[in-house]
Formats: sequence, C-alpha cells, structure tokens
Amino acid sequence: MSRRNFLKSSIPAGFMIPSSINGIGLRAYDAGHQFLNNLLLPGGENDRVLVIVQLNGGNDGLNTVIPVEYFSKYVNARKNIYIEEAKSLKLSGVSKIGLHPSMTGLQQLYNDGKLHIVQSVGYPQPNFSHFRATDIWMGASDSNQVLNTGWIGRYLDEIFPGFPSEYPNATMSDPLAIQIGSVTSLALQGPTQPMGLSISNPASFYNFVNNIADPAPKTNAGKELSYIRELSRQTQKYGEVIKVANSKVSTQNVYPTSNNLADQLKIVARLIKGGLKTKIYMVNFGGFDTHSSQTNSGDSSSGKHATLLSTVSSAIKAFQDDLGFLGIEDRVMGMTFSEFGRRILGNNSLGTDHGSAAPLFIFGKSVQSGVTGTTPLIPDNLTVNDNLPYQYDFRSVYATLLSNWLCVNSTVLNQVMLKDFQQLPLTKPGTCSVVTNINSQQNPDSDQRQLIHLYPNPFHRTLTIEFNTSGGHTLLQVIDGSGKLLNTIFDREYSPGKFRVDFNGGHLPAGVYYVRFQNQVFQQVKSVLKV
Amino acid sequence: MLPSLSSYKGPWNEDAVKHLLRRTMFGAKRGDINLFLNLGLSRSVLKLLEDAEALPNPPLKEYTPTNAAIPDTNILAGKTWVNDPSNDGTILSLRRASFKKWWMGTLVMQGASLREKMTLFWHNHFSTEADEVRNSQFIYKHFNMLRTNALGNVKTLVKEICTDPAMLVYLNGQSNTKGAPDENFSREIQELFVIGKGVGANYTESDVKEAARLFTGWRNNSTQINSYFDNARHDTGNKQFSSFYKNKLITGRNNSTAGIDEINDFINMLFDTNEAALFLCRKLYIWFVYYNITPEVESAIIVPMAKILRDNNYNVKPALSALFSSEHFYDEMNRGCQIKSPVDLIVGMVREFEISFSSLDNYTVNYGLWNQLVSYCNFLQQNIGDPPDVSGWKAYYQVPSYYEYWLNSDTLPKRLQYSTNILSNGYTFSGFKMIVDVLSYSRKLKSPGDPNKLIEEVSLHLLGLPISAQHRDQLKKDILLSGQSEDYYWSGAWDTYIASPSNDTNTKYVKNAITSLIRYFLELPEYQLN
Repeated sequence: MSRRNFLKSSIPAGFMIPSSINGIGLRAYDAGHQFLNNLLLPGGENDRVLVIVQLNGGNDGLNTVIPVEYFSKYVNARKNIYIEEAKSLKLSGVSKIGLHPSMTGLQQLYNDGKLHIVQSVGYPQPNFSHFRATDIWMGASDSNQVLNTGWIGRYLDEIFPGFPSEYPNATMSDPLAIQIGSVTSLALQGPTQPMGLSISNPASFYNFVNNIADPAPKTNAGKELSYIRELSRQTQKYGEVIKVANSKVSTQNVYPTSNNLADQLKIVARLIKGGLKTKIYMVNFGGFDTHSSQTNSGDSSSGKHATLLSTVSSAIKAFQDDLGFLGIEDRVMGMTFSEFGRRILGNNSLGTDHGSAAPLFIFGKSVQSGVTGTTPLIPDNLTVNDNLPYQYDFRSVYATLLSNWLCVNSTVLNQVMLKDFQQLPLTKPGTCSVVTNINSQQNPDSDQRQLIHLYPNPFHRTLTIEFNTSGGHTLLQVIDGSGKLLNTIFDREYSPGKFRVDFNGGHLPAGVYYVRFQNQVFQQVKSVLKV
Repeated sequence: MLPSLSSYKGPWNEDAVKHLLRRTMFGAKRGDINLFLNLGLSRSVLKLLEDAEALPNPPLKEYTPTNAAIPDTNILAGKTWVNDPSNDGTILSLRRASFKKWWMGTLVMQGASLREKMTLFWHNHFSTEADEVRNSQFIYKHFNMLRTNALGNVKTLVKEICTDPAMLVYLNGQSNTKGAPDENFSREIQELFVIGKGVGANYTESDVKEAARLFTGWRNNSTQINSYFDNARHDTGNKQFSSFYKNKLITGRNNSTAGIDEINDFINMLFDTNEAALFLCRKLYIWFVYYNITPEVESAIIVPMAKILRDNNYNVKPALSALFSSEHFYDEMNRGCQIKSPVDLIVGMVREFEISFSSLDNYTVNYGLWNQLVSYCNFLQQNIGDPPDVSGWKAYYQVPSYYEYWLNSDTLPKRLQYSTNILSNGYTFSGFKMIVDVLSYSRKLKSPGDPNKLIEEVSLHLLGLPISAQHRDQLKKDILLSGQSEDYYWSGAWDTYIASPSNDTNTKYVKNAITSLIRYFLELPEYQLN
C-alpha cells in the first residue's frame, strides 16, 4: 500500500447514505470487447443483450392473457374476478385471446410487431412452493433435480472460460451480467461462484481501499477471506466501468414515474447505450402472490393485479421506446417470467392460489411477433386442484433465446441446458440461424392443424391417440388435471406420417386428463375425460 | 487437527474469549471479554447457557395511529399493545413495525447470554414472515414463545410450534380441515423443522398426507389471541405412517383433546428417529461453527452431539455446552470463518463500540433509532421477522455458497458505507445521534498511549482474523505517527489529550487518527469475518 493511497482512503470522506433505503440494487456479470474476441467465443460473436424480467410471486396467467376463446368456462372458473371480454384488449389479427385492460403498453408493442406471447409455459411435475419453483426456473432443472448452478451462470461460464480470475481483461472489460437488486439469484450462479455483479445505483461507487493483503491462512477463514477479497476486486473494477458507462448517457426517453420496474429498466437501457458489452441483465418486480384482493370487488379490471400489470406493461413499453430513441433497439431482446401461474379456480378471497403453467412475453424489435401455443383449455366441473397443463417447457424458451438470439452453438447449448429442448419460433428469421417453417403456429386463429385426435372421449379404460408427425423429434405425454405429468408415452425420432397408439388409463381416477404432443416446433394439447 | 468434541485445552486468552462471544452473541463488548476471560472456559459456557436473564418487557405503543380506521385509543402511549386484540390493518402494520424496533432493542441491549442468538436461530429454523402472518399480537406471542424456549427442550418447542397462532396462519394450519386437508405444515414440520432432507430422511409423501390429517381442526381466535382445537373439523380416523416411522399407527381420537393428544404421539414418533437429532445438530453446527460439514465433522461432531441431545431427552443445553467447550469449536480452522450476517454486523458494531441510545423512558427516540438499524439490516438483506421464505435465510442452507450469499457487489459496498457512516457521521433520529464515540472507545483500551499496543488491541478486538506485525507497523506509521517513525509522536499526543482534553487541536488530531485507524479496520475484508 502506498502512503498516498492509504491517506486517500483512510480519511473519512463524508460518505452519503442513500436517502431511501428501499431504493433499487444492481448486480453485474462480465462480457467484453467482442471485436477482439469474435473468433474465440463459442457463441458470443455479436453485441446482443438479453434482458430478463422476473415477476416474483407467481403471476396469474389467466387474468393476464384472457382466454376469450373459452370465455364462458373462464367466467365460470373466475366468478368474481374474471375480466370482462369487452374490456380485454384486442391484439391485431387475434380473436381468441385478449390482454388485461391495464396492459395497453404491451398491446401496442404487439400491434407494432415487437411482442411475442408464449402460452402455458411450465414443466412436468410442477412445484407449488415459491422458493423451490423459483430455483427450478433459475437453475433450469427438472422438477426433482437440485442444481447448484443457474442457466445464465452456465452460459457465461461456457463463453467466458476462466472467470473470475482472468477477468476483467483486454477482451472482456465489462461485467458478464448485471442484476438490478441486492439478492444473488441462482440464475447467475456459475460452477464455482456467481458470474455477475449486483449494483443498486450505477452512479454510486464505493472506492475500496487498497489494503495490505496479508496471505490468507489455510483455514476455513482463509477461504472466506479470499472470497471477500475477490468480490472486492471485482466490485471495484466493474464499479468503475459501470460508473463510466452510466455517465455517458445524458438523455433518455420518458419513463413512467413511481414505477420500480421502469426505474430498473431505465438503468439497463442507459448501461447498454453507455457501451457495456454485458450480455445479460436481470431485473425484478414483486407482489404477484395474489391470494386475496387480486381485483377490487365490483370492478375486476381494477385492483392489485391491475396495478401490477399496468406497472409491468408501461415499464416495458417505455423501455422499448427508449431503446429506439437511443438507437440500440437492434441489440436488445427481453423476456418475462414468473415462478408459476395461478390456480384455474379463483378462491373465496377475490384471489387465486398457486398454480402451474402460465404465459410469458418476449419483447424486442427482432422478436417474431405472434402467439405460440393455443388458448389454454379450461375444464368443466372445476375442482380446486385443477391446474393448466403446460404446453411449452420453460427451458425451450431459454434454449431458443440462447441459440436464436445470443447465437450460441449446439455444443454450448447442450452444456448449458443439460439436455436437448425443443426450439420455438420466437425470433425473426435470420437472427442467428433461426428455426423456420413455423408460421402456421404464429397466430392461434390460423392454427387449424389437427396434430392429435383422441377417442373415445370420454374414455374408461383404453384411450386411442392418433397423431400426425412431420418427422423428426416427436413426443407424446399424458398429464393429469393438476398439471402433473403422468406418463411420457414416447420421446424419439419418427419418420413422417400418421400413427396411432393406445394408452391404458384403466388405473387412473376419473377426471380431466390432457394429452400433450410435440413434434419439432409444433405443439398441441388436448383434453379428454376419463369416466 | 481432527475434529473432536473433547474439551478444549488450549489457552483461554482474549482471542478464544472473543471467538466464543462473537459466535454466541452479537459482537463482543470489551467488558464482556474481560468478564469471560476471568471466568475461564467452563464457567463461561455455563454463564452463556444459564436462564438468569429476565425476559425483555413487551413492546410499547410508540406509534401514532393517525390513519387507522379503528385507532387503538384504548392503549395509552408508552403502554404495551401486545394484549390488545386489534384487527385494524393500519394498527397491525404499525405494530409489526413496532415489534421489529423492539426486537432490535432487545438485540442491542442483550445481556451476557446465548438466548438472543438462539432466538434468532429458532426464527431462522421455524421461519415465519410477519408480513404474511399480519396479526401483530400473534407475531409477538410467537417470538415470546421462541425466546422462552430458546434454551429449553426441543420437543416442547416443536409442540408449541404445532399450535402456535402465527404458524397456524403462516403454513395454513388454520384452514386445514378434514374436508380439505392442507399439507403445508405437515410437509414443512418434517422437511424443514424436524427430520430434514439428509440422506437418512426417508419419510414419504404418504407420511405428509397422514400428518396433514392429524393436524386438522386447529383454529385461531384473534380476540383471545390464541389458538384452539375444533374437534368438528378434525379427521378422527387412524393415521398410518411409513416404515421410516416404524409403521407407527396413531390412533385417531374424537374428543376435545384429540388434537393435542395426536400431536403428542406425532412428536414422539418424529423424535424417536435418529434423523431428528442429527438434523438439528447439523443446523446448529452451520449456525455456530461453519457450513462445510465434512464426513469427519459428521462422524466426530454431529453424531456425538446428536447422541447427547437424545440422551438428554432433547434438552438443548448439554449438546450446546459440549460444542462450545470442544477442541473443535476453538480450532484455528474454525476461527473467523463465518461471514457476518447483517445482524451480526450491525448489532455487533453497536455493542463493540458501545454506541449509546437515549434514556430508557425516551422510548420514542430509541424505537426510532432501532428502526434505523432494522431498516439497515433489511437493506443488507436480513429483514428480521420477515425471512425470504419458510426455509429461512439462504446463508444457512443454500449450497454451494452458504454464508457467502450475504455478500455480493451490491451488499458489500453497502456494508462499508454503513460502517464508515456510523463511525464518522452517525444516524440521527429526532435530534439524537447514534454514532461511534472513538475517544471513549479508546480510553477503555489497556494501553492506548502505546501505538503498538493500541493497534494490536483494536485489531484483535475488531477483526475476525489477525493481521501481520508488518501490517500493523505500516498502519502505525501511516496513521498514528503521521508518517514519522518515533512512537512518542503518538504517546505525546495521547498523553496531552488525557491531560487536557480541551486542547482542541490536539484532541482533534487524536480523534481523527483513531477514526482513520478504525475506519481502515472496518473496510478490511477481515472485518466481515466472525
């Protein structure tokens, strides 16, 4: 330690405490100067950014994307809290669904071709605990698998090997990822340590003292000491970089005020424009655990959930507009997610309990506008345990964004996602080497294809399933009324053609069941009654 | 050194005492260090575990219910609200805040006892969220129960938990009926509270369902601030448990004591397993020692501790006493290896520096100051009374990083900002300033006039790991001697300060130098270690 450094750091400099201690926090990960690194990165040869918007608490999908197609069944399920059809927001060219009336921003994004809706995103054996379900989404694990790393952490570890000890460096001077918020999310956890940085305020910067570092002892304390020293080093280095990027942008487009999510996204836009090569940004917005008073009584289009969705919608719209204003719209794509959707049947407290699959949104200029998936089926004679079956595995969304937006190659993709997932038509053709041949599923109204046919319906013992595959990967699953996967009938390569299998359901209790068919990018879920 | 529960035979010096106190309380006051140094090891452990300390007085009405629909005018300002069954949302919210402020007060004013750290341990273990429970009277009752049983019998505590009003709200027990059994509590009592998820924890889904039936019928009465058993809602059938529980059949009862009788059977069945004591001892180990439970630690520490717990019918003291008296606890390997929790950091600083508050009767000011400490703990991601979820704080269970989850690039700078701010500027509420008095702190040191001893003593007191002699020497030159090399520069300044504190120039120099020194320590990574 030089004396000059020492004095600079040891004299109290009048540190300010933030006036609001409930302000936002930010976190950062590392990406870099790609222009030098183009040929080295197994999938980062671009300046693309992915923004992940986490909606904590379990967002109610059925009141977010209104199932107009099955409106009377929806009303029956949501007696006191359904959204009136006339109030739901129309999407251009789509009649089977509408958006919650408070989401005018997202409606406009859809109509401008910058929003994609994926219906019924979930996974087999849904978990209804907030923390476990969140870990499943963050880790991109199977329901019963406990992973100690996150999907983003694994991705960054693949494309930036040797982090953190060799970073920042000439080819990668910036955080790999930045998370706004003070908690370390599992999504960003790499094999040995978090791959990113959290920060609250990109303008505030704590000048870490250049301390003398005595050798760390070979004890448990030595291990923890080394962790803190490494964290200090990264925070110092990346804090400087973030502060510089933040100061480069003087004007931004208008954002809504008193909107915590907008405040966070505004920082993200600023840092991207400010020149950070950071690949991933994570933002959070909570309060979606709407067990009670989800809507006001008397006016179901107002209340807690309406306020939440309005906040999300206006924040994302303002962010997208700002990206355009700043001239960086081509570089950014975003997605929302929540740890689960909510129960089909409303409860007695003007609310909804923990459920399973739910829609999510992909936004950005390079998004292929449209809706993937069909309107979720709502059974008659609902019970409190009934849940929506998933149509799309959430890991299909991740895998698609990694390969078709961030352009990672298939080797890396398999390392990150741990197995092979179906790709979805989320991005415009040509973005990387995009899945094509998918337009037929873009608009639910135009989806007339019969991929599966189930009979007899109702069935007692044997259910016959006819399916039409165009060849390649083909999957057939049976899901029970609570959204839980019962049986994967097959999961393999097929040659094109029409086939038939019998499913023996004699042992199953009576009730609603779903058959889920998946053939490459095509998908169909149908319900059937067992008596 | 191989882990062992055999008694510690090493030196009973300031470092050993500090280690014990920082792990069993929050921070180590200099007075406590001297007290325990004189007591010796075995009497120190006895003192920490004794029940002599009176329970704190309940929280007071220090809020103004301006916006309440039904203001609690029946409770006078300065009197406790804990027995008043208000159901007004605004009042409940003010009282939840009042409860947390009060809790912070009990933390900063804790006596020389393990009780407060164990209360926080049980809170993390039987996690509940005040914001979800909402009823502030239930919340106070819950914590009073945890604190009362903190050093007592684990089976008794778990039995209390089963019918605790706050827990009945938090894990839906109050809506668990024979017509619509709710598995939330019956799952967590096995998975998170008693049996755990270790390799030997082989209870089944069916055990969860049977236990849910067993717990049917409990309800809350918010007017009387208690829970009660409603036999009409109780599933009176027999409950059959799996081979993990030796195929135990708990006879269904159909009378007014059915609920508690079946709970007693159930608890006996749970604590009849080997897993119950093993699980709790692992949690205690992570809380008090380190998070890495190696196979050697499992066999040499956890297994014998669990045996002590079982042999003493689940009274927790003998097992804790064995741990705090052991070679392993004082092993160099385990000193300073915890990353301070936000409460360790913030309450620890108050106590290490003996930061003063207003007089006891000036409760509105004190609650205001304690509220700032609560808020800062929350800011650093430990909101007492509101852990993130039913698993408690990630630092105590989340592989692979455990304690390291407390620190990231956002929270580490915030910790440093907080520490340096309370050192230099302080926090003010209603005209009263909460700040470190560096001169008063220094006067309590053994030889503050000797720059070498001063630095050695302060660094030993504050840091989780010692720093090298060369490091201390550099600090002496740079800070205390202003770049000079002769010790008398400092000694002279200190002596002048003692002789004539009104000599402003000199006093300011002394104060600035010590502030710089302490600030340097607070910013060292070693200060984050406990």
